[in-house]
Amino acid sequence: MNKERTRVLVVDDEEIVRESLSGWLAKDGYTLDTAPDGQSALDALRRERWSILLVDLKMPGMDGLQVLEAAKTIQPDVAVVIMTAFATVETAVEAMKMGAYDYLVKPFDPEELSLMMVKIVAQQQLVRENVLLRKVLKRDYHFRDLISKNPGMHRVFDLARSSARSQSTVLILGESGTGKELLARAIHAESPRHQAPFVAVSCAALTETLLESELFGHEKGSFTGAVARRKGKFESAHGGTLFLDEIGDISSKLQLDLLRVLEDRTFFRVGGSEAVEVDVRIVAATNRDLRKAVEQGQFRDDLYYRLNVVPITIPPLRQRLEDLPLLIEHFIEHLGLEMNRRIDGVAAETLAALMRHDWPGNVRELRNVIERGMVVAKGTIIMPDDLGLDAGAARQAVADVTLSLDEVERRHITAVLNHAGGNVTQAARTLGIDRVTLYNKIRKYGLRRTDENGGTQG
Amino acid sequence: MAADVHIWWIGADAADDSLLDGVRRTIDRVFGVRARVEHHSDRPTHAFDPRRGQHSSTQILKWLVGRSSGNRRTLAVTDVDLFIPVLTFVYGEAQLGGSVAVVSTARLTSSPGPERERGLFENRVIKECIHELGHTFGLIHCDAAECVMSRSVNLIEVDAKLTTLCGDCYSHFQSLHRKDNEHE
Repeated sequence: MNKERTRVLVVDDEEIVRESLSGWLAKDGYTLDTAPDGQSALDALRRERWSILLVDLKMPGMDGLQVLEAAKTIQPDVAVVIMTAFATVETAVEAMKMGAYDYLVKPFDPEELSLMMVKIVAQQQLVRENVLLRKVLKRDYHFRDLISKNPGMHRVFDLARSSARSQSTVLILGESGTGKELLARAIHAESPRHQAPFVAVSCAALTETLLESELFGHEKGSFTGAVARRKGKFESAHGGTLFLDEIGDISSKLQLDLLRVLEDRTFFRVGGSEAVEVDVRIVAATNRDLRKAVEQGQFRDDLYYRLNVVPITIPPLRQRLEDLPLLIEHFIEHLGLEMNRRIDGVAAETLAALMRHDWPGNVRELRNVIERGMVVAKGTIIMPDDLGLDAGAARQAVADVTLSLDEVERRHITAVLNHAGGNVTQAARTLGIDRVTLYNKIRKYGLRRTDENGGTQG
Repeated sequence: MAADVHIWWIGADAADDSLLDGVRRTIDRVFGVRARVEHHSDRPTHAFDPRRGQHSSTQILKWLVGRSSGNRRTLAVTDVDLFIPVLTFVYGEAQLGGSVAVVSTARLTSSPGPERERGLFENRVIKECIHELGHTFGLIHCDAAECVMSRSVNLIEVDAKLTTLCGDCYSHFQSLHRKDNEHE
């Protein structure tokens, strides 16, 4: 249990009470502050998040019950404990009715205070774990879960938030691992369609025929193995959102099919003759330069304009390094739950090493690096050596100034694939990109996998 | 070594020299700092609250700060019962990362008794003195029940801990103490 994260605010008009009580609790490792009256306490609540408020009942101006009422409006999950030297059954009942966690009569036994604090912290920890686990299970992400201090990212969130309320098609652009699907899920979660399904399809992972059947479904007997009628992703997403990832990688036939659906909101199942009508909001994403693909004739311009209604570009992690501490804390908390492992944070030297890294695999790479660090760390703090960042290799790549960016990427992918014995999943994890992106890059650079477990040739 | 500790008896009755010497030796052993027992006639009588019949530990700390000098730490030991306003009692109080601490022997025994009880009493006082002094070095409460830095709110918890720091707290103490010395 990380007590530093539990923020306690002591609200009392008597300085000696504020001083002694906060001093007593600070020794348990909680983060503490004090407020001399109700108004300052509410100001503090509006400024920052607090876990526990210990409030005196009798104070000049606003009394403890008024603070309790206002506090619950500002931060409903804050635990408010009312302290009083003049206990009456009526005030105790009123306080509990208004949502106080407890009602303590001064002076109280140290054991009573200690046990109450432990209980509140444990309960809040459980609530937080519950919320986190629900999110992990449901993959239910909202904008409030997307964390960043970067102004560029805040512009992204603002744009995404406004687009969530509309029905317009959204095109999310950004390098691999920047969190395009996460943003798409948040757009869906905060859209009027949030009660209906969010359906994600990775367009690069399937062959043209399979993708066609996956998107539009098929009729019984339409091809070998089609033993029954099957709904496609468009139908499954009816009323909700269809997320088409890696849209830049679809074939020209599918580009045309997709254009028709976007224009008419109807389609035909594979092998079918009956038009199926759907109400689906499209959010597409790609790490490719679609405009360039249009110029080169690889992507239909009419489809591009259909998709490019609200384009949102997510900046790469290396352009928002100020987010590293926040993201690291976020991953440590989430992964700690998944792995049932307690890690308190990273050492200052570790953070410095992470800040120096270039993050070609973006936030996904960071998550993987932190996960590795949490597995390898011997204590509760992640040290630089636990990360497995290859500083030597990075320096070498930078030093070879005669190579083009593509050539550096090609060589690096070849080296990582060879190191992983040709295992694409393992290589993708090391590179901090998903398997689909790696397959695309293997195809792009003409890297031939000799066999499933064998080496790789350039 | 600069960060030495002055042990000061501020009780109502006469000082228990053998008890204070036990505290001194344990401070020396646990923290590796030089400790010395001092005797002065000053007493923080203003810290007494007649309504409660107890002394305010926070007022005593303020009084001790006014009498401290240089980089030394002062550990006051008393036989009067201590309190902070919201709590019925405290065994002691210290400035976290500061220079003063106070420990009361009042609730660590009921009455002087046979040899075994005397040993138990001395042990409890030593543990609470090491604990409060640990706070002045910047140590916070430890989750390990046997570590002297674990929070004890009753005698069962006092008796459950040892007079020494656990490995984690000792490493933390060393790093805090190193920084402390660098600043001097």
